[in-house]
Amino acid sequence: MFSNYDVGGFFDEMFDSSGNVRPHYATLLRRFGQMDPEEFARKNTMAANSYLSQGITFTVYSGDEGTERIFPFDLIPRIVPADEWAHIEKGLVQRLTALNMFLHDIYHEQRIIKEKVIPEEVIRSAKHFRPEFMGFDVPKNIYIHVCGTDLIRDNTGQYLVLEDNGRCPSGVSYVLENRQAMKRVFPRLFSKYPVRPVDRYPQELLSVLRYIAPGGKPDPVCAVLTPGIYNSAYFEHSFLAREMGIEIVVGADLVVENRRVYMKTTRGLQQVDVIYRRIDDDFLDPLVFRKDSVLGVPGLVDAYRAGNVALANSIGTGVADDKVTYYYVPRMIEFYLGEKPILPNVETYLSSEESDRKYILEHIDELVIKSANESGGYGMLIGPHATKEEIEKFRQAIIADPRGYVAQPVIQLSRSPSYCDGVIEGRHIDLRPYILSGEKTTIIPGGLTRVALRKGSLVVNSSQGGGSKDTWVLDDYDPGLSQYQDDGMQTQSMGGMTQSQS
Amino acid sequence: MLSRVADSCYWMSRYIERAETNARLLNVNMSLMLDLEDADETSVKRYWEPVLATLEDQELFYKLYDRISAETVMEFVTFEKQNPNSVLSCISRARENARTVREQISSEMWERLNKLYLYIRSDKARTDFRNTPFDFYRSVIDDSHLFQGITDATMTHGEGWDFIQVGKYLERADSTSRVLDIKYHILLPTGEPVGGNVDLTQWMAVLRSCSAVEAYLKVRVGHISASEIAQFLILHPSFPRSIRFCVDQMDRAIHRISGSSVFGFHNDPERLSGMLRAQIAYATIDSIFLCGLHEYLDNTQLRLTEISNALVKTYCEWLDEPK
Repeated sequence: MFSNYDVGGFFDEMFDSSGNVRPHYATLLRRFGQMDPEEFARKNTMAANSYLSQGITFTVYSGDEGTERIFPFDLIPRIVPADEWAHIEKGLVQRLTALNMFLHDIYHEQRIIKEKVIPEEVIRSAKHFRPEFMGFDVPKNIYIHVCGTDLIRDNTGQYLVLEDNGRCPSGVSYVLENRQAMKRVFPRLFSKYPVRPVDRYPQELLSVLRYIAPGGKPDPVCAVLTPGIYNSAYFEHSFLAREMGIEIVVGADLVVENRRVYMKTTRGLQQVDVIYRRIDDDFLDPLVFRKDSVLGVPGLVDAYRAGNVALANSIGTGVADDKVTYYYVPRMIEFYLGEKPILPNVETYLSSEESDRKYILEHIDELVIKSANESGGYGMLIGPHATKEEIEKFRQAIIADPRGYVAQPVIQLSRSPSYCDGVIEGRHIDLRPYILSGEKTTIIPGGLTRVALRKGSLVVNSSQGGGSKDTWVLDDYDPGLSQYQDDGMQTQSMGGMTQSQS
Repeated sequence: MLSRVADSCYWMSRYIERAETNARLLNVNMSLMLDLEDADETSVKRYWEPVLATLEDQELFYKLYDRISAETVMEFVTFEKQNPNSVLSCISRARENARTVREQISSEMWERLNKLYLYIRSDKARTDFRNTPFDFYRSVIDDSHLFQGITDATMTHGEGWDFIQVGKYLERADSTSRVLDIKYHILLPTGEPVGGNVDLTQWMAVLRSCSAVEAYLKVRVGHISASEIAQFLILHPSFPRSIRFCVDQMDRAIHRISGSSVFGFHNDPERLSGMLRAQIAYATIDSIFLCGLHEYLDNTQLRLTEISNALVKTYCEWLDEPK
């Protein structure tokens, strides 16, 4: 199935530039190489059906009826060797540590502004900066408890940070479900690789939530706050609540009395101590933020201020994942930690800077333009792939609102073999690991590998025709060991005989 | 347990049971029509209108369709999206409720219900319905049984499960009373007295609608009479679709929610359900016929509705009341 595969001049995860398989993919190639196309197609259908029947879907609305779609799953896993992962892990811990220190600083002394590392204007004009929370101490001094940082690899294979998601990053349920699907479809392949497990994530998230409980309560009541079943990530909210064994609530299930948050239960009101909220700041509390929000809970912010409930993530973290702030993250790392950034940023131009803006406007058809506050692949222009009209629209937008845009060179994202319309071809991918910050900072060994399934596309978002892959982070291992070579099934010894009616 | 979750468990269970009842009614009526030799327009009407009357959907039906026929009624009760009680609508609503409590019910329950939902909306369901309608309805009924069985086997028998049981038995008591009442509607035009010289085929159909033929024949070997069938379906203490059995189970589940004894009450739903339970336990079929079968069944349905309202009010809407 790989006989006509062409790396096409890109950095390919599976093959080197001369078409030789990379060592950590060799076993996979042998296994998949033996498979005939019909068998592969059958397994592909099997995986898709299992997502559909489990209801692992997101809803797309058109007309009066919503249709549920699955997030396409690609059967060829992305494999990350142990040494690469160690590098990523170190870089991400460093980055999140700096971001949390930055958030504390920005809502307190603002040293980073006073020492002129970041211009005050950048912070003041950030859409998600919450001056209402100046001087407020968040529980355990953690701002971003759950971070999803998007990494890409350039054409030399170097890992770069594309963006940080420090508000409500989604997608982690797919990390776990993709693994389940892979195990169902290729059960024997897993005995050939020392793949590190990802299924501890919900328990680790729960221990973060318990750690930030007000007053160090030993047995706090935690809940997931969701916008409801019509939200495209509802499956994930309910999945995480189920796996953590805690309640999932909508705004209407909660009520605030005496600056405390309660759930309405069949036995009366029950106090809630920690809320893992999957609702943006803007919709959290109609008394404080958007007045028209029906998703939030009136009085929630007041209870939070009184220290009677903890929120993950904290309010106001959006200032850290603003794309203009992003530009300054490497400087933050040096400022707060006195270290060199382990994972570099993608080269970025700020249209708010006169010289950069001139460069951007002159080279707009070669650059990627991003809106500073959008995510999910919206508000983005890929110059070389855009029409004249689209380019003109962005040009005007940049001139009208220089603070609202940044630009980056087009990075030729690394590619991975992917199954598309019956053949295996290279497609561009990224990687979103999930970083948890509680008593310590942990990263589940894995992440969401998103793949741009449209030929030539560089946009991996699900709203733009993206799919995902299982991501295998390997333990240190010796591929020569018999355990990873032997092709026979392991036999298991039998226990006692089962009794039958005689 | 969250009030909203209790509410969703309860309604999920009711809708599944309702989908099953509808499938069963249609299946039985369809086979009844096959026995009919002179299926002219009047008799078609005479057989299909009671189905609509039983489901209390006549008005909506005539808004949507010009004339009554096997095809239109079956379409209306099976697939019509505008009919909130069609099999399709019931399954969709059950699944919608299940989605909101996915973390409370077992994955097995969810997947079974989701598969049924995906099936009923698929082209295959349409094809099956056209080619082999009996098998089609049978598979809906089987899936409902499967769902209840999976529920019992995989979900903790705690508060959520109790709400599911209340929903299941309340809906089932209601539907048995409606199926029995079908006789009233069929017989009404001719004015034939209930319990008199009746059409055995039709009474057998009533039994069949409750999957009760075999159970009944074991109890009353060789006797098929209207009064005994009514007695069986209303008063039998252990047949799982008799009104008495369902009300008993419902009452127990309602009391389990608060943990109080079935010999007393702590709140309105317990009081109302205990009263209904006692009233059925001490009834005889003669006393029922004396007050009129239709009136009796009608009254039972009203009381079930009261219990349902009281339950929702006590456990699920208590905070939304004006203070």
